[in-house]
Amino acid sequence: MEAMSAPLFTETEWTFQALDRVLKAVEEIAIDDLKLDVYPNQIEIISTEQMLDAYSAMGMPLMYNHWSFGKLFAREDALYRAGHIGLAYEMVINSNPCISYLLEENSMTMQTIVIAHAAFGHNHFFKNNYLFQQWTNAESILEYLAFAKRYIAACEERYGHAEVEAVLDSAHALMDQGVFRYCRPPRPSRARLMEKQRKRMEHAEEDYSELWRTLPAGAEPPPPDRERWDLDEDEFGSVPKLPEENLLYFLEKFSPSLKSWQRETLRIVRHLAQYFYPQRQTKLMNEGAATFVHHTIMNTLYDKGLLTEGAIFEFLASHTAVVFQPDFDDPRYSSINPYALGFAMMSDIKRISEQPADEDRAWFPSFAGNGDWRDVLKDAWANYRDESFIEQFLSPKLMRDFKLFALSDDAEAPVVTVSAIHDEAGYRRLRSTLARQYDVGETDPNIQVTGANLKGNRKLFIEHRMHRGVPLNAQIKAQVMPHIERLWGHEVALEEIAAE
Amino acid sequence: MTYFIDRRLNPKGKSLANRQRFLRRARAQIREAVQKSLKDSGVADVAKGRKVRISTQGTKEPRFRLDPKKGGKRDFVLPGNKDFVPGDQIKKPQAGQSGGSGKDAATSGDAEDDFEFTMREDEILDIFFEDLELPNLVRTALSEVPSQSWKRAGITTAGAPTQINLLRTMRNSFGRRLALRRPTLADIKALEEEIAVLEASGAAAEAGGPEKLAALRMELERLNARRKWVAFIDPVDVRFNAFTEQPVPTSNAVMFCLMDVSGSMGEREKDLAKRFFVLLHLFLKRRYEKVDIVFIRHTHDAQEVDEQTFFYSRQSGGTIVSTALEKMLEIQKERYTTSDWNIYAAQASDGYTQSGDAKRCVELLENELMPICQYYAYIEILDEREMEVFSSEEAGAELWRAYRMVAENWKNFATKRIAKPSDIFPVFHDLFKKQEAV
Repeated sequence: MEAMSAPLFTETEWTFQALDRVLKAVEEIAIDDLKLDVYPNQIEIISTEQMLDAYSAMGMPLMYNHWSFGKLFAREDALYRAGHIGLAYEMVINSNPCISYLLEENSMTMQTIVIAHAAFGHNHFFKNNYLFQQWTNAESILEYLAFAKRYIAACEERYGHAEVEAVLDSAHALMDQGVFRYCRPPRPSRARLMEKQRKRMEHAEEDYSELWRTLPAGAEPPPPDRERWDLDEDEFGSVPKLPEENLLYFLEKFSPSLKSWQRETLRIVRHLAQYFYPQRQTKLMNEGAATFVHHTIMNTLYDKGLLTEGAIFEFLASHTAVVFQPDFDDPRYSSINPYALGFAMMSDIKRISEQPADEDRAWFPSFAGNGDWRDVLKDAWANYRDESFIEQFLSPKLMRDFKLFALSDDAEAPVVTVSAIHDEAGYRRLRSTLARQYDVGETDPNIQVTGANLKGNRKLFIEHRMHRGVPLNAQIKAQVMPHIERLWGHEVALEEIAAE
Repeated sequence: MTYFIDRRLNPKGKSLANRQRFLRRARAQIREAVQKSLKDSGVADVAKGRKVRISTQGTKEPRFRLDPKKGGKRDFVLPGNKDFVPGDQIKKPQAGQSGGSGKDAATSGDAEDDFEFTMREDEILDIFFEDLELPNLVRTALSEVPSQSWKRAGITTAGAPTQINLLRTMRNSFGRRLALRRPTLADIKALEEEIAVLEASGAAAEAGGPEKLAALRMELERLNARRKWVAFIDPVDVRFNAFTEQPVPTSNAVMFCLMDVSGSMGEREKDLAKRFFVLLHLFLKRRYEKVDIVFIRHTHDAQEVDEQTFFYSRQSGGTIVSTALEKMLEIQKERYTTSDWNIYAAQASDGYTQSGDAKRCVELLENELMPICQYYAYIEILDEREMEVFSSEEAGAELWRAYRMVAENWKNFATKRIAKPSDIFPVFHDLFKKQEAV
């Protein structure tokens, strides 16, 4: 590769030819230099309204219809028009091929950044991080969503909007409790997955068959000939594994009052929840990795003479804004910016690998000074999630840079106490405290089904094991309970007990 | 092989279906809320701007959430320590204030997770009147002189001095001065002081003194020269607020509100009439910028009055409805030529008028008023008992029956009945709902 080449683009407006040139150049660095491992890319140009559409559909290009998405769209639209939020200039989907969206209003420089950030940074992360590999299936998600959309639309036509909406409302309310956190559900092979889907689509079509539509109202079509849960006492005694953390799964399989299409709907919602679950646990790393990748690629392009001064300035302005972290007492503060901390940690790892200080050698003996930052980073991206990543890799230097400090809050006390600051005595405690903030096991309530009196009054027993004595918000609890009751069909009791 | 796909031409509005569903759910409650306020509050309050609370029962998305304020312990980390040390105790903010720890992000992203949220009056009215419009609004544009409105269109490098955007100009100028390293006054002063000190202490005496002094003087000259040719503000820095003209086609409309305040209209009837007109007034103000409203009230003679008098003052007398119509005609001829204005009218009465007067009214309507009106709405205010008696469309008080004949001849004439406050909005809705495009 020659040292000085012509810039990839000089105009602000993007063109397809320029996008193509940029893609090739970015890909070269990503694959040959950083040695990233990515899914094939599918890059789509969309308009602002389509981006808002995508936001409201959880970022997916396909989604079933629900009023809550309409509410989200209305809110985002209003906020955008009033200028309170800027649109994300990128959106990317964990799928194979990996779909990234480019806004049509972006400048050519921004499109370059987005390609580096999303089509290579996020792409690599989705493909290689263990949580995504374990819990999501990038190959089949889009097909599955297509099936879900069709299925729900068919149900609406057959059973009415109101009925379907009711089930979806309740399912959404329990979405956070609709995931498996600890035990992996058995993963069917790809062939079996396809077969299952095909069967379901067949059933959906069967249930919706032309013949039954022409029957006079009141004529009940015979029950579909497929697995239907039987309230057999023998069966029940042996089947559910209690306590069960996945409420939607439990309701889907064991609720005495749901019809089969309602169970399928619950299954759809919980599959979606499961698909998104790893994203919540790796937000920091994912954004940090993608930001680091785009930062490295943009600078390399500039060093090679492939970007003009104007382009690199535009990049620096945008990048600085993205990784800005306001202090806790700044009116702009809302939380720790994952882009800021994530990027800082990735850059720090590179620094420690190449030019460690003595402190770094003491804290990170395994890779300090080995010069091999590409492998260190890729290993981290593959085998850690936010909580373990921070616990393992947050350096004292970064704690000083961000001037982190830890607070201890007891609800009974009128004060919060500073428990650690960025000094010698406090580093380890500070790091552990921060790591725990990213542990969904701690931040999500621990709610599990503990029993159901199916032979008697059919009461369902749920327990919230309070972590460190923090209870559920009572008002919200009162609003969610009716949803559980609707899905179960009988009385539900939720008890909050101290875990320790 | 990477693919670029241009989706911009794809059908948009994927969220349309979802938005409609959401609005459907929300609208029902907003309607209810406004209905309630129409019923309960005084006539004055409905028109005033105020907050209306509606329950979000139907549009909530609750999810289990922890409540650390209620109990338990937790630890968390913040950035940007200034001077805390371990063991420091910080007072917790009172409930209601936002603490330094920032806000919890609610799962659905809403800040209004409580049972009720307040909407501003104009937001409610927007949704309320969303599917209503003045029918048959013809754009009577005088095409030579369409009115213009100016809209902000960002920043530009050329413009009038009054439109200078000071913030951006100064920002650019600062950047340019930094980049070109223009010496600040502080630098100059420091150097001058140094020279003064050196001179005062008798530089000639020290070794190398004179050279140093000469060098400093040259440096001062250089700095001063530099300050001269790097301007404080350069034309290149200056930015102006930009505006674009947007032509607004004129569609003038005038609404004549005719209210019967005679003796036969009791307090209750007058109240209902007023509420109807208040709603109409709100609707027009909200939806149309350029609508004139003419208030005419009549007993045995008619007067044009202002808004205040129309809604608030009391009056009584006999009933001759045709006087109101004559007044309307008079005002229209005087001030609102049909070539420039769309003319609308809404009349509220209890239907009882002097005998023989109904005929006169019909005459006036058929011959003079209907030909020039885009739409004429007649509201008859009845007793609840009367409502039952006159249950069919045909039967009614004298004026009603007479107006039925007009309705048969004219498509843009509508008659409706109101017996209680809860009728007001449905009737209003019926009268003004959006027509399909003809």
